[in-house]
Amino acid sequence: MRISNGRFFFRISLILSAIALLACLPSFVSKAQSPQSAPAGSPAPQQPAAPILTPPYPTIPPPQPQRTGLSIVVLDPAHGGTDPGARGAQGIRESDLVLDLTFQVRRALEAQGFQVLQTRSRNENPSFDDRSTLANAQYGAVFISLHVSSTGLPGTVRVYNMPDTFAAVATGGVMAWDRAQAPYVTLSRKFGDAVQGQLAQRFKGSPNNSQSATIRQLRTTAAPAIAVELASVSVQDRADLDRMMPGVGDAIARGVAEFRPSYVVPGTLGTHP
Amino acid sequence: MIGNWRTWILVALGIAVLGAAVYFPILRRRVKTAAKISEPSEEQARRELTQAVTPNPTDPVVKVKMFWISPEDESALAPVIIELALSKDPVLRAKQVLNTLLAGPVDSDLRTLPPDAALLAFYLLPDGTAVADFSEALATSSPSGIQSEQLAVDSIARTLEANVPRVKRLKILIHGQELDTLAGHVDLTQFFIVDTKAAQQGAVSLDMPVNIPVPHVAAANNAATVPAKR
Repeated sequence: MRISNGRFFFRISLILSAIALLACLPSFVSKAQSPQSAPAGSPAPQQPAAPILTPPYPTIPPPQPQRTGLSIVVLDPAHGGTDPGARGAQGIRESDLVLDLTFQVRRALEAQGFQVLQTRSRNENPSFDDRSTLANAQYGAVFISLHVSSTGLPGTVRVYNMPDTFAAVATGGVMAWDRAQAPYVTLSRKFGDAVQGQLAQRFKGSPNNSQSATIRQLRTTAAPAIAVELASVSVQDRADLDRMMPGVGDAIARGVAEFRPSYVVPGTLGTHP
Repeated sequence: MIGNWRTWILVALGIAVLGAAVYFPILRRRVKTAAKISEPSEEQARRELTQAVTPNPTDPVVKVKMFWISPEDESALAPVIIELALSKDPVLRAKQVLNTLLAGPVDSDLRTLPPDAALLAFYLLPDGTAVADFSEALATSSPSGIQSEQLAVDSIARTLEANVPRVKRLKILIHGQELDTLAGHVDLTQFFIVDTKAAQQGAVSLDMPVNIPVPHVAAANNAATVPAKR
């Protein structure tokens, strides 16, 4: 029996079509059973369960709630560790005194409802930048550096803030670390005046207004920042300074409370006030 | 005869040994003293080189205003008028007034700078930026405290403002180095405004860049002012 060429090719093509149909059948069945199958004409569905990748650009944090007034006070007992600061004839060390003073100020501030942080709480000496870092990481904080001088009229207290000439260098935009205080100079003076006014009422001979001084610790602090300096380690008896401390603490706490309504905390971190 | 000769030789040698034993410690002491005299410390050598601001006999005697601590208020400065032969060259003039400031007032309690501090060098740039290099004693002997340190710096700045009008702002170095602070408080990494009137008008700021022109070789050799590092 002889099969013609045309019939032979017809049969071969039938067999191949049947094989192709059988091969495609499972995929048709799985598509029909899939609940996410898209209707005809819709775009192709996405591949499921792909991991979400981190974008290569910084994400914008959600806006922080707007708050008014400050809530955190960062206290900075100056010196410490290998740096004793000013030293008196009776072996009085500024680094020890300011630590005791800090506890008094802290107690008075906490009684007023403020949250208090300290740049050091024992005999150690963090760097200027480390101390500023603690304040700069807070939201709605003020910074108070505590000192005892080696000169000056004993029994008086002075408050210092950065001079107005420092404010002139603020250029807006990105805040430079070494000029972090520049946008806050006006606020710092207002803060200093409030605290100095309270201190002047208690300690006769103290000035009525804060003074300006180019203090290294304040320069890198991005918050209303002041330095409070008691006079002095030259006293004959350390008890004279110890007796001043509760009054200084109370006056500072009252000054902070007086300044509180003036400080409208910016809505976004890094925003100039 | 031979025995005598040997005896004399032995006696002579003995005397020589004794003499050497006595003279050697004296010689050693003299060498040490001479070494001390001939080797001054590095700082002494710099002082001898830089302090020699010999007054020119043709310099006019003028009234200068020095700023020391006020006798009435120890937290403030007060001007004191004294007569001094001052050079017309701003660098020499600045050195003369700063050395007078370092020497202190009649009442030593009113001084603002420690008595053992010295001015090692003074530079003035064409844009009015001055660099004053003081010895280490300015940092180590200044009383630690915001008030005392600020008074020290202010006395330098106000004295320069009153007597050397070319100086607009000032950088303070200690033994050629930039320190963080003077004695733990006042910032020495920044400039200090000297010309306060120009600063109020915005002509001088802490932030303005230091303008150091590239001088021609011949001009640089004759220039009174020397570019300083920032």
